[in-house]
Amino acid sequence: MSAQSTNGSEHAATSNGTAAAENVLLDVRNLQKWFPITAGFFRRTVGHVRAVDDISFHVLQGETLGLVGESGCGKTTAGRCILRAYDLTGGQIFFQDHDGKMVDLGPLTNNEMKPYRQQVRMIFQDPFNSLNPRMPVIDIVGDPLKINRVAAGKALEDRVASLLARVGLRPEYMRRYPHAFSGGERQRIGIARALALDPRLVVADEAVSALDVSVRAQILNLIKDLQEEFNLTYIFVSHDLSVIEYICDRVVVMYVGKIVEVAETEELFAQPFHPYTEALLSAVPNPDPRMRQQKDRIVLEGDVADPANPPSGCYFHPRCRYVQDQCSQETPELREIAPGHFAACHFAEELTLAGVTASGELG
Amino acid sequence: MESPVLIEIKNLKTHFFLDEGTVQAVNGVDFTIHQHKTLCVVGESGCGKSVTARSILQIVDQPGRIVEGEILYHRPDRLSAAGNGEWTSGENGASGSSSAEIIDLAALDPRGREIRAIRGQDISMIFQEPMTSLSPIHTVGNQITEAIKLHTDMLDDEADEHAVELLRRVGIPRPEERLDTYPFELSGGMRQRVMIAMALSCNPALLIADEPTTAVDVTTQAQILELLEELQDEFGMAIMLITHDLGVVAEMADDVVVMYLGQVAERGDVDSIFHDPKHPYTQSLLKSIPRLGVSRNRQRLDSIRGMVPDPYNRPTGCMFGPRCDHFMPGRCDAVSPPAIPLGPGREVHCLLYEDE
Repeated sequence: MSAQSTNGSEHAATSNGTAAAENVLLDVRNLQKWFPITAGFFRRTVGHVRAVDDISFHVLQGETLGLVGESGCGKTTAGRCILRAYDLTGGQIFFQDHDGKMVDLGPLTNNEMKPYRQQVRMIFQDPFNSLNPRMPVIDIVGDPLKINRVAAGKALEDRVASLLARVGLRPEYMRRYPHAFSGGERQRIGIARALALDPRLVVADEAVSALDVSVRAQILNLIKDLQEEFNLTYIFVSHDLSVIEYICDRVVVMYVGKIVEVAETEELFAQPFHPYTEALLSAVPNPDPRMRQQKDRIVLEGDVADPANPPSGCYFHPRCRYVQDQCSQETPELREIAPGHFAACHFAEELTLAGVTASGELG
Repeated sequence: MESPVLIEIKNLKTHFFLDEGTVQAVNGVDFTIHQHKTLCVVGESGCGKSVTARSILQIVDQPGRIVEGEILYHRPDRLSAAGNGEWTSGENGASGSSSAEIIDLAALDPRGREIRAIRGQDISMIFQEPMTSLSPIHTVGNQITEAIKLHTDMLDDEADEHAVELLRRVGIPRPEERLDTYPFELSGGMRQRVMIAMALSCNPALLIADEPTTAVDVTTQAQILELLEELQDEFGMAIMLITHDLGVVAEMADDVVVMYLGQVAERGDVDSIFHDPKHPYTQSLLKSIPRLGVSRNRQRLDSIRGMVPDPYNRPTGCMFGPRCDHFMPGRCDAVSPPAIPLGPGREVHCLLYEDE
């Protein structure tokens, strides 16, 4: 992919030094989103919450990229920046247009953004609050079609019917209101709405976190099926590592607004290079009572750092069990430790960290 | 070797009387909680696990009430001994004998003195969302010492000291300073620790924890679960842990009760529930969760078809019938499956096992 000049910004090779030959759909460069903290009568800005602080990653065509981390790590903010639901504080978001050009979504105005809003869609976490209770399903799913003048009248109705059928809902129910549906069904409506405009990139923000176990499996399967059928690319934001492992091809681990590790799913889970990833993996409860004794769970001390007032050096150092003097002074860069495996830790090469070993199927 | 029984629930029914009809939130539940043991109640939303817990403490919200059944509380001797708590002093004559006193909690008046003395002292509870269950306008110290002063005859200074001790015990740094902070100044994990400190302030025989880690992050969850295990070793209370997370159950439980739509599907010790599940619901529930290290190689998750039925339109016969792969027409939709015993403390409600 050769450098293209769009809106005055240059897009050369992809972030993280990946070979440019691969088909990169989205390339996020040095993305920053700071929220001001205001105080006093005149609402003066007294500080900033660094929700997302200088992160770079890319998403390949057709893959599922996971953004994982604890609450307050900036994963949701990063997702919303990509949709331009927030204005960026800094950085660029290159999106591959239909003709293969990389366009920086960052500086676009609302009007210029319009064609891209059809291509980048979102599935929300809470199926109860993300659907307007006063709109019937046909309007909820059909409005994107109407607003973008894709379809109207009978054509719109047919399109909504086929979308509902595709996500496993009965098309006859399209005149009903959201309250008539259960949590899982509402999430299906949310998915139908996201798919209405044939998007190329879907940001799923904790799409299954609010659902019950048995329904969650249905929705995860649906999300996977739709990817194959419509050749979708997903950014899957979640705090649940077992879900991330199931659905993602590559994973970005975030901690207090920064990326600490990026790798292919299998590699990240088997051989993490950052102590935070190790602790995160170790904290996931294992659904097998016989494993209880065998596991040395790493229990982190203290709480997640305050993104308005982060610690010096490596943000994780006050909780890290491998901490050394250098950690509190120098901020580690995200660097490539193994091919395609990046970590932001001074001692990534020296540490031997425990991952999750693939265990056998349970009887 | 079985430890003594603490709570025996027999055929408990708690219904909610609403304008749209009666919701049978808990409909004939039996199980037993043993002293010093952890019982996990697991099920999906709407299965009645929280209402069962609230029934034990008689804090079911209006318009719900217990309509049938018994909750027998076998009061340990140390708690029924005279001189602790205000209410025993008046009614000492009845509880003078040394044998364990048995109280039917279901029969007590929800607003009466007796249940109020049991709440917080014998049985205490921690909730899912610590921000909404702590008072935002009282300091942490105020809220902890309130329970202590209510149930013991400690003076203000002693109660404060005890509160500091508890906060230190649950892992709150600089507990002396924390007494004067308000809940909003604490993080989610710290609030949950304050809740635990408050719940343990009177050294209860049973701690009910209703989804205590659902609202917190995985690393905080690991901290809280570890803390609960340590405290159980130290204080010796029984824990009734309500959760929908099978991973948490596997880590914590001694015994497990699986609930579905207001009824017990299956109960037993944790190992047999996970490695030899009998009820089709338990079996499919275990198959439908993604597991670390396993699901990577698998193409699809096995899901349970359909969804939990609407509480006003409960199926006839077995509640799980319409979603079950082993559904037997004419039997499962006609008969409500009775409890079929499979061993000590182990039973399943499913007609598949009727003949055995």
